[in-house]
Amino acid sequence: MSCWESFQAYALRSLGLGERLLPKADITVCEQVVLIGSGLIWNVYFAAIALLLGFFFATALAMAKNAQNPWLRKPAEWFIFVFRGSPLFIQFFLAYEAFVLLPKAGIEFSLLGIEFGASTRWLTRAWLGATIVLFLNTSAYAAEIFYGALRSIPKGDLEAADAYGLTGLHRFRRIVWPTMLRLAWPAYTNEAIFLFHATTLVFFSGFPAWKQMGDALYYANYFADKTFNPFVPYPIVAGFFVLMTLVIISLFGMINKRLNRHLPKQKRRKIALRLNLIR
Amino acid sequence: MFAHCADPSTLEGFAWLACYLTNGKHMLFYGSFGTVLLLLAITAPVSLAFGFAGAVASRSHIPPVAWIGKLYTSIVRGVPDIVFFLFFVIALDQGIEWLRHQAICPDWTEPVRQGNDFVVCPEAKMPLSTAPQSIHEIYNFTLAVFTFAIVFGAFAANVLYGAMNAVPRPQLETAHAYGMNDRQTFWRILVPQMWVYALPGLGNLWMILIKATPLLFLLGVQDIVYWARELGGSKTAIYAYPHPDWRLYYFLFLLVFYLAFTRVSEVVLERITRKLSHGQATAAGEAMRREA
Amino acid sequence: MNKLILSTAALALSAGFAVAQDVVRMGTEGAYPPYNFINDNGEVDGFERELGDELCTRAELTCEWVTNDWDSIIPNLTSGNYDTIIAGMSITEERDEVIDFTEAYFPPDPSVYVAMAEDVDVAGGVVAAQTGTIQASHVASTGATLVEFATPDETVAAVRNGEVDAVLADKAFLEPIANEDADLMIIGDDVMLGSGIGIGLRESDAELKATFDTAIQSMKADGSLNTLIEKWFEGMTGPY
Repeated sequence: MSCWESFQAYALRSLGLGERLLPKADITVCEQVVLIGSGLIWNVYFAAIALLLGFFFATALAMAKNAQNPWLRKPAEWFIFVFRGSPLFIQFFLAYEAFVLLPKAGIEFSLLGIEFGASTRWLTRAWLGATIVLFLNTSAYAAEIFYGALRSIPKGDLEAADAYGLTGLHRFRRIVWPTMLRLAWPAYTNEAIFLFHATTLVFFSGFPAWKQMGDALYYANYFADKTFNPFVPYPIVAGFFVLMTLVIISLFGMINKRLNRHLPKQKRRKIALRLNLIR
Repeated sequence: MFAHCADPSTLEGFAWLACYLTNGKHMLFYGSFGTVLLLLAITAPVSLAFGFAGAVASRSHIPPVAWIGKLYTSIVRGVPDIVFFLFFVIALDQGIEWLRHQAICPDWTEPVRQGNDFVVCPEAKMPLSTAPQSIHEIYNFTLAVFTFAIVFGAFAANVLYGAMNAVPRPQLETAHAYGMNDRQTFWRILVPQMWVYALPGLGNLWMILIKATPLLFLLGVQDIVYWARELGGSKTAIYAYPHPDWRLYYFLFLLVFYLAFTRVSEVVLERITRKLSHGQATAAGEAMRREA
Repeated sequence: MNKLILSTAALALSAGFAVAQDVVRMGTEGAYPPYNFINDNGEVDGFERELGDELCTRAELTCEWVTNDWDSIIPNLTSGNYDTIIAGMSITEERDEVIDFTEAYFPPDPSVYVAMAEDVDVAGGVVAAQTGTIQASHVASTGATLVEFATPDETVAAVRNGEVDAVLADKAFLEPIANEDADLMIIGDDVMLGSGIGIGLRESDAELKATFDTAIQSMKADGSLNTLIEKWFEGMTGPY
C-alpha cells in the first residue's frame, strides 16, 4: 500500500470512517504515522472540550473559594482538593465504574423518560464520560490557579474600581476578571499542556475502545502489539505530542498578547514557558 | 496468618474477611505501599540532582552545554510521561546490557540484534539470569527510579532555572563587589537564596510526583495499582477466597490513601515555606519579621 | 589507564560468574485462571505452573517464575527479560513470525461467546474481547462491534453490567464463570481459533526449544499431560 493510499484508508479511522480492518501484516511506517495521527483527533477533541467548558467552571470555582460565605467556600475547597489530590488514573477508573452502575442505580432515571435513560448509557463511552472527568479535573486545577491570581490582584486596581463607583457584575467583568486572567495566563498555559498530555490516559485506564476507534496512544499500543517493536510507534506519538505542545504554546501566547495589549511594551509580561504542573 | 484460616470455605462473615485481608496476597499489597513510598523517597532527591544539573547546564556560557540542557528539559516535558514510560525502560535496559556486552564479551561474534531478538552473551545479562528473583525486582525498581528521575528532573530543572533567575541581581553584584569569583558567588549567594523561590514550584512537583506513581506498573514494578486490580478482580471457586468484582472498593481505598498523602504533604510544605521565608528579602519574610 | 581498570574488572566479573545456562525464567501473565493465576499466597499457580515445573524437572532445568503484563509480554521476551512465555498463548501465524513456539501442550482451545441471553446476535451485536488477543482480531473481522478491554476480568464485567452483548474468550476461561453465575450462559457453537497453545521462545533459542519439545513429547507419551489437563479443566478428556 502506498503512503497516499494508507492516508486515504486510515486518516479518519479513529472516527470510524475509511478502512474497517486495521493493518495486520506488513505494517509500514506510513500506516503507523497516519493511524496514530488519526488518533490524535481524539486527544485534541478531549482537550478542547474539557478546556473550553472547564475555563468557565474554574472561574466560578475560584470565585466560590474566594468567597466569605462558607456555604460557597467549603464545597469549592473540597472539590478542588479531591480532584487535585488524587491521580487522574484513579479518577478515570472510579468514574467509569460509577457511570456503569448509573442506569441500575435508580428507577428515577427510567421514569424521567427515554432521553435521560439513553444518555446515562453514553456516559460509559469515552466521548462523553472521559470528557466529563477531564472537564472536572481541569476545572479543579485551573480554579486553584485562578484563585491564586485573584488573591494577587493589586489592591490599587480594586480601590480604583471602587473610586469609579464600579460595583457587582460590572466591577467583576471590567476589572477583576481581566486582571485575574492576565496574572493567571502563564500558569494556565501549562495547565492546558498538561491536560492535553493527560488525554492519553483515557483509553489506557477504564474507558474501553469501541470498534477500534481510539486515541494516538491506543493505536501506538496496537502497533507495538502487532509489530512487537515498541521503538517505532511510541516515538511517533512522542513526536506528535511535541508538535502539538508547540501549537498550544503559540495559541496561548497569542491570547496572552491580547490580554496584555494595554500595557506599554516593556512592561508586558513575557509568557514564561514553565511547565510545572501535571496531574 | 491465623491458624483458623487454613480452610477459608468454612468461614463466614467477619472471620472470613479477617482471614481474607491477611492472606499472603494482601500482605504483598500492603508491602507495595512501602514500595511506592520508597520510590518517592529515592526519586525526589535524585530528580532534584538531575534538575540541578539541567538548570546549571541551561545557564552555561558554553553554547553546546546550554543546548543540551535546554534540549533535555524541552523534549522530556513535551512528551506525555506515560508514552515515555512505555518505551524508555526497555531501551534503557537494552542499552545497559549492550554496554556490558561490549565490555565483558568482546569475543562474541554473533550479532546482538537477530531479527526481533536482542541477544547478548549470558554474562552480560542484567541482572544475570541465575540471580534470584529479588535481585530482578530490585533492578526493575532501580530502572523505575531512574526513569522517573529523568522525567521529573526535566521539570525540576525548569523550576530551578526560574528560581536562579529570580534571585535579585543586586545580591550577586554585591557578592562580586566583595571580591567573590563566579564560583563562590554561585555556591555561597545564588544557591542558598534560590530555594525560597524554587519551593512553590518544587512543592507542586512533589504533588505531581505522588500522582504519577499509579503509572509505576508500566515500568514492571508491582505497585499498589497492580495489586488493587489483581485483588479486586472477580475470583472464581479456583481461588481460596472467591468473591465478585471488588475493584471499586480497592480503588476507593487507593483514593483515600492518595488524598491523605496529599494533605500531609501540603501541611509539611507549608511549614517548610514558613521556615525558608525567615530572614529572606521577600514579602513573606518581611511579614514574619514584623510579626516577631 | 581507565580502559585497563575496566578490562580487568570485566575479567574478574566473567571469571567470577561462570554462568550456568540452566536457569530458565518462565514468563506468564498471572491473570488467566485456570491456565495461570496468582493464588492467595501471592504465588503463580494454575495448570501452566504445574506443567512448567514438571517440564523443567524432566529437562533438568532450574525454573523461575516471572509475571508480566499481557500487553508487553512478547517485547520483554525478545529483549531477554525472561526466556519463555507460558501464558495460554495460542500459536498464531502473526506471533510465529516474531517468536518461536514449542509444539502444542494444549489442543486448539475452542473459544466461546458468553452472554446474558440466548438470542444475542454475536455477528451483528456488540462483543467484548481482551486487547491484543486472537479473539479481538476475530471479532474485528466479523460484522460485530468490537469493544476492547485491557484485562479478561473487565470483558466479563462488561457483559454483566450490560455494556456489551457478549464476550468472546477461551472456553476454558469462560466456562467456570458461566457455570457459577446463573445470569451468564454460553451461546452458539465453539469457535476454533489458533492452532493450540505452546510455549513461546526467542527465535535465537533453538536449543531451549528442542529441550522443551522433548519434555512435552515425553509427557504426552506417558499420559501425564492428559492427567494434568483433566485435573485443571473440569469435564475435559485428555486429547493426547
